[in-house]
Parts: sequence; structure tokens; C-alpha cells
Amino acid sequence: MKIWLSLLEGFEFNLMLFGGTIVCAIPLGLLITFCSMSKFKPLSVLSRIFVWIIRGTPLMLQLFVVLYVPGIVFGVPMKSRLLAAFIAFIINYAAYFSEIYRGGIESIPRGQYEAGQVLGLTKGQIFRKIVLFQVIKRIVPPMGNEIITLVKDTSLARTIAVSEIMMSAENFSKQGIIWPLFSTGLFFLAMCGILTLLFNKLEKKLDYYKA
Amino acid sequence: MSILEVKDLYKSFGSTEVLKGINFSMQKGEIIAILGSSGSGKTTLLRCINFLERATGGQIFVDGECIFNADEKKKISAAEQRKRQLNFGLVFQSFNLFPQYSVLDNVTMPPKLLAKERSDYKTNKKQIFADIEENAKMLLERVGLSEKLSNYPCELSGGQQQRVSIARALALDPKILFFDEPTSALDPELTNEILKVIKDLALKNTTMVIVTHEIEFARNVADRIIFMNEGVVLEDGTPEQVIDNPRNERTRSFLAKML
Ligand SMILES: Nc1ncnc2c1ncn2[C@@H]1O[C@H](COP(=O)(O)OP(=O)(O)OP(=O)(O)O)[C@@H](O)[C@H]1O
Ligand SMILES: [Mg+2]
Repeated sequence: MKIWLSLLEGFEFNLMLFGGTIVCAIPLGLLITFCSMSKFKPLSVLSRIFVWIIRGTPLMLQLFVVLYVPGIVFGVPMKSRLLAAFIAFIINYAAYFSEIYRGGIESIPRGQYEAGQVLGLTKGQIFRKIVLFQVIKRIVPPMGNEIITLVKDTSLARTIAVSEIMMSAENFSKQGIIWPLFSTGLFFLAMCGILTLLFNKLEKKLDYYKA
Repeated sequence: MSILEVKDLYKSFGSTEVLKGINFSMQKGEIIAILGSSGSGKTTLLRCINFLERATGGQIFVDGECIFNADEKKKISAAEQRKRQLNFGLVFQSFNLFPQYSVLDNVTMPPKLLAKERSDYKTNKKQIFADIEENAKMLLERVGLSEKLSNYPCELSGGQQQRVSIARALALDPKILFFDEPTSALDPELTNEILKVIKDLALKNTTMVIVTHEIEFARNVADRIIFMNEGVVLEDGTPEQVIDNPRNERTRSFLAKML
């Protein structure tokens, strides 16, 4: 029972990291998308390089960079490991999300914008009334995949000694108790299962028309 | 006065000149069919008139008022630009319906958004929307789709989709309705239902410019035929003049291929 509680406590952190990343990375990703699609070249080049770096390096490395670089290079040590984990996850996932958004936006045929224009809609109306919904429909499946990956990625926070569930489980294995490792798996399975169901439901809901 | 006058319109994409000085004008109620071989610039001309491309030279007038002047560098306000846009309606080759909206919503959405700019919008919204919906239903009935109001575009045949897009364009009551090969994405059996709708519009004196490859249809429905070749107007006259007695060798060889 004590072990379960300790695992649960660990998983609570995973859930927090998951929730925080979702809440912050979804809008931040949109911001990055707008930057990378901006007509102002330096801005779009810069944000594409940024996305390339984030997607091209391991999240684990990014965790270490966020944890140590502020202290070593700028002399302002990271206040807490927890904060470092949040920052690294949010930046990492915002970059991935931004690419999904960009793919979604770019997949909308030009004819949709042109039809909107000749029908007298403003640029804002074209985006809100025509494009946005179609983009959402297209990005729900890849977002679902990415978000399920995020659930499992939260266990990476242990590499910077944030006490998340895997760490708790590992501690027990060191004491010779092996089953917490498997129960930990159950936590992740349950979480991913729930998310899969939710996303399937959402996809079904958006499936009332074929594009 | 002409309802539309196109003066010396030029359009280049990079170094390729596609329109090389197009001139024509039309009267209210007139129906013009534009013929011409592939690549002659018909689509580009329609897109320039409808502000989907910016012409590199020339002017466009509606009812004598200049709505486009390539030499004028002054930025036009978005609101003014939209007002000019709404002189015209455009029916695309590929329909471009909005897939997430029902047939009825496709037709009512643009006028409802436009109504927001009316001064009595706030006080009279219910009535305005009711009128818009009634008008949309009337138009959809006219194109034979009153049974399909709540269907989505993906549930319709190509011909039905194109008829929705015609109703959608009509709902904004444009002064001139342009068609860019409205039937070329359709099976031959579906072509006729579109041509019938256009003929019906012709009977109601709708001012139209129709780019088409259907020579017989053009002869039947158009008051005037413009034949374009390599970015210029080669012939401009009645169907008898252009189709039966073309002055130009190019026109003759084009017609020979088509008929
Ligand atoms: N956006 C563009 N960029 C570069 N070239 C273009 C562009 N749009 C059209 N063109 C060129 O302009 C020429 C005329 O094209 P346009 O589509 O106006 O012809 P069209 O008369 O409509 O032909 P079709 O009967 O095949 O529809 C073509 O050579 C085409 O390659
Ligand atoms: Mg064309």
C-alpha cells in the first residue's frame, strides 16, 4: 500500500508536467507557427532554425541544457529542477506542435482562401470561419499521437532528478521489489488508453464531413 | 455606359507575359463567352478582374468608376477593396465549397457576415438573417437543390456542388457573374445540368462572363464571343461572326479542333 501511494505521488508529478505542457505548448506552438509562416523573412528563418534545433536534438539533452546553462553561462542558476523540466517540455512540445499546425494550415487548398476573398470575407473571417475548423480537423490525429508520446516522455524528467513515477519505481527495484516497475507501466497504459479514447471520439465527431 | 470596361490589361508572371493588352467592355444584361486554347490566358484574365491576381498594367472600370488601376500605387483600404470585390461573383472550375458547412450554410454564410456591416444589423438582426435564409432557399431551389439544404458538400455530386457554388455566388447579388470553365471538372452527363442553370440565369438577364470549351453552348447562350489567343483578344463579336465566320486563321484552326 505504501508503495502504491509512493507511485501515485510520483505519477502525480507526471500528470502535472503533462497538463502544464499541454496548456502552455498548444498556444506557444501557434505563436511559433505564425512566426515561421511570417512574410518577414528573418523572423520565419529564425523560427524555422529554432524548430529544427529543438526537433533535431534529444529532449533529454534539452532538459540538461535548461537545467545547467542558465547557471553556468549566465550566472542565474535554475531555481528548481521542476521548473527546468516544465520549461524544457513546453519548448520541446511547442516546437513539435508548431510543425503540426503549419502542416495543417498549409494543407488547406488555396481555393478555400480565394473563395472566401471573392465572397467578400475579410482576412480574419476567412481564417476564423473557413480555415480554422478545417485545420483543426486535420491536426487532431497527429496531435493525438504527439500527446500520447508526451505522456510517456514525462518519465524523462527523472534524468534531471525530478521525482516522477519511474524514479519511484526504480527506487523500489533497487530494494529488490520488482512489481512497482510493472504497475508503473499500468499507470502509463491507463493514461494513454484514456487519451486514445478521447481522441477517437473527437475524430469521430469531426468526421461528419469528408474533406 | 458599359457595366464593365477592361482597358489594356497586362499580366506577367516573372518574365512570362500572359496577358498582353486585353481590351473589352460589356453592357448590363450582356452575356459574353470567352473561348481560347489552353494557356491563352483566360483564367488569368478572370483572376485579374476578380482581384485574385494583380494585373501588371491597365485599368478596370465598373459603371464608369475605376476599380483597378495598375499604375496607382496608393494602398486601398481593406473595406474599399472588399466593396470593389463584391461587384463581381466568380464560379470556380473546382467549386471551392466550404466542406464543413451544409449546403444552406455555404450560401448564407457570406451574406450573413457581410450584413454585420449594415447600420441596422444590431437592431434588425433576426429579420436580416431570415431574409438572407429565405433568399438562399429561393436560389437553391432555382438551381434545383431544395432537397439538399442540410447535406454537406461531400455528399453531393460534382454537378450538384457546382450548382451550390453558383447559388452561393448569386446570394451576394453581384453585378457581373464570372464562370471559369464551370463544367470542365464534371462528367459529360453532369455538364448539362450546369449549362441548364446558366441558361436559366441568362433568361433572367444576369450579366455573365463565361469561360468555356463548350462551343455549341457558347453559341446558344452568349450574346458575344471573345476569342483569346496567347494573351490577346483575337476576335470579339456575335457568335455568328466569331464561330461561323472567324476572320482569323488561329480561330479557324481552334474551332476546327473543337467542333
Ligand atoms: N501563377 C502563375 N505563375 C506562373 N505562370 C502562370 C501562373 N498562372 C498561369 N500561368 C501561365 O499563364 C499562362 C496562361 O494560363 P491560364 O491558366 O490563364 O490559361 P487558360 O487560358 O485559362 O488555359 P486553360 O484553358 O488550360 O484553363 C499559362 O502558360 C500558365 O502557365
Ligand atoms: Mg483556365
